[in-house]
Formats: sequence, C-alpha cells, structure tokens
Amino acid sequence: MRNIFILVRKEFLQIFRNRQLLPFMTVLPVIQVILLTFAANYEIKNLRLGIWDLDQSTSAQQLIHKFTGAKFFQEKALISNQKKADELLMKDEVDLVLVIPKDFEKAIHSSNNPAIQFQINALNNAKAGIVQNYASAITQDFLNEKRGNSTLLASPKIIPITNYWYNPTLNYKTIMLPGIVAEVMTLIIILICALNVVREREIGTIEQLNVTPLKKHEFILGKLIPFWVIGHFIFWAGIALGKIFFNIPMVGSLGLLELFLAIFLFVPLGIGLFISTAVETQQQALFTSFFFIILFILMCGLFTPVETMPDWAQYINQLNPLKYFVEVNRLILLKGSGLKEIYPFIAKMIIYGIGINLLAIWRFKKTN
Amino acid sequence: MEPVVKVENLSKKFGEFIATNAISFEVNKGEIFGFLGANGAGKTTAMRMLSGLLTPSSGQAFVAGFDVATQAELVKKNIGYMSQKFSLYEDLTIQENIEFYGGIYGLSRQEIKDRSKGIVDKFQLASVKNKLVKTIPLGWKQKLAFALALIHKPKVVFLDEPTGGVDPITRRQFWDLIYEAANDGVTIFITTHYMDEAEYCDRVSIMVDGLIKALGTPSELKKSFDVDSMDAVFQLLARGTANK
Repeated sequence: MRNIFILVRKEFLQIFRNRQLLPFMTVLPVIQVILLTFAANYEIKNLRLGIWDLDQSTSAQQLIHKFTGAKFFQEKALISNQKKADELLMKDEVDLVLVIPKDFEKAIHSSNNPAIQFQINALNNAKAGIVQNYASAITQDFLNEKRGNSTLLASPKIIPITNYWYNPTLNYKTIMLPGIVAEVMTLIIILICALNVVREREIGTIEQLNVTPLKKHEFILGKLIPFWVIGHFIFWAGIALGKIFFNIPMVGSLGLLELFLAIFLFVPLGIGLFISTAVETQQQALFTSFFFIILFILMCGLFTPVETMPDWAQYINQLNPLKYFVEVNRLILLKGSGLKEIYPFIAKMIIYGIGINLLAIWRFKKTN
Repeated sequence: MEPVVKVENLSKKFGEFIATNAISFEVNKGEIFGFLGANGAGKTTAMRMLSGLLTPSSGQAFVAGFDVATQAELVKKNIGYMSQKFSLYEDLTIQENIEFYGGIYGLSRQEIKDRSKGIVDKFQLASVKNKLVKTIPLGWKQKLAFALALIHKPKVVFLDEPTGGVDPITRRQFWDLIYEAANDGVTIFITTHYMDEAEYCDRVSIMVDGLIKALGTPSELKKSFDVDSMDAVFQLLARGTANK
C-alpha cells in the first residue's frame, strides 16, 4: 500500500510539473467539447436555391415564396434551361434546383397530383438528404394550404403527428455533448497512459524500478490510479460545462453515471497499458493509440448510428468501449434509466476491464 | 571470508545462443570487482541474472546470501544498481528523488530524513536540493545516482558503466566515492570500458564470448600475459591482438 501511495504521489508531482501535458489534460478538452458541440450540428441553413419556373403562375410564385421565406433556403439564381441548371449544379453554386413545370397551377386546382422536380446537388450525400427532406416538407405544406379544406374533406388521409421522446426539440447539443465529453476523455486517458509508461521505459527508470523490491502490480496500480483520477476530473468538468453552457438535461442519477464511469475507466487505462507493452517508442505509442482512437470515435454512434452499420461492423464494434459509454450517457442523462437498465452495460465493462488489464499485465511482465 | 557474490556454472541461453556459458567466480565483502568484456560478451546478461532481473538457464548464483533464481525479491532488497543512464527522474527535484527511492526501498520516514540530509551534506547539495534534476550538471547527477543506489545500505552495488560520458576529472572523483563505499564494507561490482578504471579494481574478470577468460588482480593479469597495461591484456583477450 505504501509503495503505491509513493508511486501515485510521484506521478502527480510529475503531471502537475509537465508544461506540455497539463494543458493537454485541462484546456484542450474544454476547447474540444465546446467547439465540437457547436460544430457537430445536423441543421443546415442558407441552402442555395436555383429556381426554374416554367409555369409563371401565381401558385408557382407562392411556392417559391414558401421556399425562400423559410430560413433554410436562399434564392441564388433564376434558371431558364436545363443546361444552366446542370452548370450551376456542376460548379457547386446551388444546392437545389426547384423545377416547377408548366400547368402546375392547373394541376393544383384539378384532382391531378401536381408534379414538381427537385434537382439536388449530392456532392455531400448527407446534406443532399437533408435538402430533400426540407424541400419535400415545404412542398407538402404548400399543397396542404393550397388545397385547403376542400380536398381534405373529399379525401381524408392519415396525418401522422410526430413526438420525439427524450429530446422533444431534437436539440443536437443535448445529444452530442455528453458523447463528446466521453470521447475526449477516453482519447486522453488511452494516450497519456500509453505514453507515460513508454516514456519511463525510454528514459530507463522502469529498469531502475525493476531492481528495487517494488512489485509489478504495485508499479501498474501506481500508474493506473492517477489517470483514473484524472479521467474523473475531465469527465465531470465536461459535464458541468455542458450543464452551464448548454443546459443539457440530467434526468437520471448522476451517482449511477459515476458508478459506470468508475468501472469504465479501467478499459481505456488497460488499452493504454496494453499499447505501451506492444511498442518501443513514444512515437509508436502515439500512432498505435490513434489507430484505435479513430476507430472508436467514428464507430461509437455519435456521428453515425451504430444500428445502420452492417452486422460484421456491429460485431467488431462490441469491442469499442466508447459505444457503451455514449449509449449509457444517453440512457442516464436523457432518458433517466436506472440501475436495472444500466446493469448489463456495467457487467460488460467489468468483463472488458478485467480482460484487457489481465492481457496488459501479462504482456507487461514479459516485456519489462 | 564469506563471499558476498558466489557464482557457480551460471549459464543463460536465448534459444540456441549461449549468452553466458557456465561462468564461476566469487566476490568478497568490500571488494571492488571489475567485470570487463567487449560489447556482446555476456556481461549485461550475467549482471541482469545477478540482480534478479533474469532467471538463469542453469547453474547457481548467490548474492548477499540469497539465491537469485528463487529469492529474487530478497536479492533486490540487498543490492543497489546504477546504470549509465542514471535513472533519476529528471522532472523531480533532488530531494523528491531521494524521498521516492528511499520510500520504494521501504525506509521509514525518519530514515529517509536522516539519509537525505547525509546525502545533501556530503555532496554539498543544500543550495540545489529543490532544483529539478534535469537542471543540474551531469557530474552531480552521477554522484546523486550513486548515492541513491546506496540509500538502503545494500551489501552489493552493481555499477553498469557508471562513468560513461563524463570527463576524466569527474571520473576520478567518482572513483573516490567508490573507494569510500568499499571501505565502508560495500561490495562493488562494476563494468567499464575504460581500461584505466580496470587498474583501480581489486580484482578483474574479462569475459569473451560468454566465458570468463581471465580472472585476477590487475598486476597478476599483466604479469601472466607479460604486458604492462590492462589495456594490453584486454586487447589480447578480447580481440586477439596486443598493441605493445
């Protein structure tokens, strides 16, 4: 016990003295959390609209007003032929060409369904999807207003009313922030743990400790405990930031979140330790860590839903610790899930944590 | 006199390669024992076995009365170790390094206090004891590393090329410290590539290709090879040529 205390004390002395590492652990996460939360936003405004009006009717004008009146679209060009439309799309000068055909007005007043065409710039397919959604919604809206009660009465139809549970206003910051905090913390913990152990080996102090009566498990605990504490600091600072600046909801129990965090942290720590045993230099540790971190971040469900990945990818993703954390974050903070729902995640993290740490300790004993 | 280091037919194999081939020797209390050999001769492997870092393939070795193969923890408690890298924490102060290594060796708070005062007084470090180790000159780091290798009063201290990269005057001063420790009864086990340092040793062994090819006092060795310097002895054995 005393040895571990001595090691932890030494580690903190070094950490607080490290002019490069300290900002990396304090200022950078704050900047990342704020920046990413604002930046990772699926709302798109100021889409550029090209208008090709073949009807030149009052209804056509009203439709165009409906588009430009909404905050999403801005009139960029008036188009009179397909060549021009193609050109603007090719040059990436418009996002959408709205084509209103001849007899559009007539079709509205008859029982025919009026046809209009969207030519969408799909250079960025995610954006193109959003453009289509907006444009369809606006058009539908317009038709409903236009035909008014008469057609509605004549042909009753089902109108779905959507209710978004747990995040009623679809606030992206609410969804993104806790995930980003978890992601930034995990990244930092894997990196500093791997780099720190490799650094001790590079400067030769591990060799020096090996000839002392210090036991291997004491050395490892002396490394893990300080970073375990730092992980807590980064996470809760990030969540506090989210509460203060973005007023993220905290429906569930923070104690439960802490319980999960306390167990979860052993996973990135174990991964960091494992990486340190597999590489020779700090540079190699950095690149190996990045390989895993990038996979973890891109597949954690924050940027693309895990559910849309192919089966084999979801299978691999079972090893992605961030996936669990992002999910637990949402379950506790947004949905207010209790221990009963979180328990399977905790159990998985215990197994994962024990597994990866045993592997790391086994490798560590072989290499040092 | 009871030998402090006792090695009998100690071997280490790495696959087919025999790094240390059945070497035997004894080192007595308070002796300065020079452990010489070209790079790759097997010195480091032998030293790692004696300090409990590596398990022997065959043979036996006792250090401070303990078997290195089965009592490595007890061996480690009774030895000090210092390498060319002077494994101090550069981002800790002198005082913090002393407290850290004293603590790891299980010294009580009072012992750490007394010994750190002893070290600080002896090397006149009072004015710099709260400075980071990376800011002090190499010569001081070397002396501090040696003092730390002795902080728990070990019976044997292993010095692995401790004077690499320092100037001749500092080296000479460092040898004064070695003599002083030996006078206090600490057994010194030292490897070096400087042949003038080999002359300072009480006894010297020279390893070639995993075997001990010569063992004796410097004057005995010079006499038996009929040369006038340890450098010539070493050249004869390690390279098969002598520059007379």
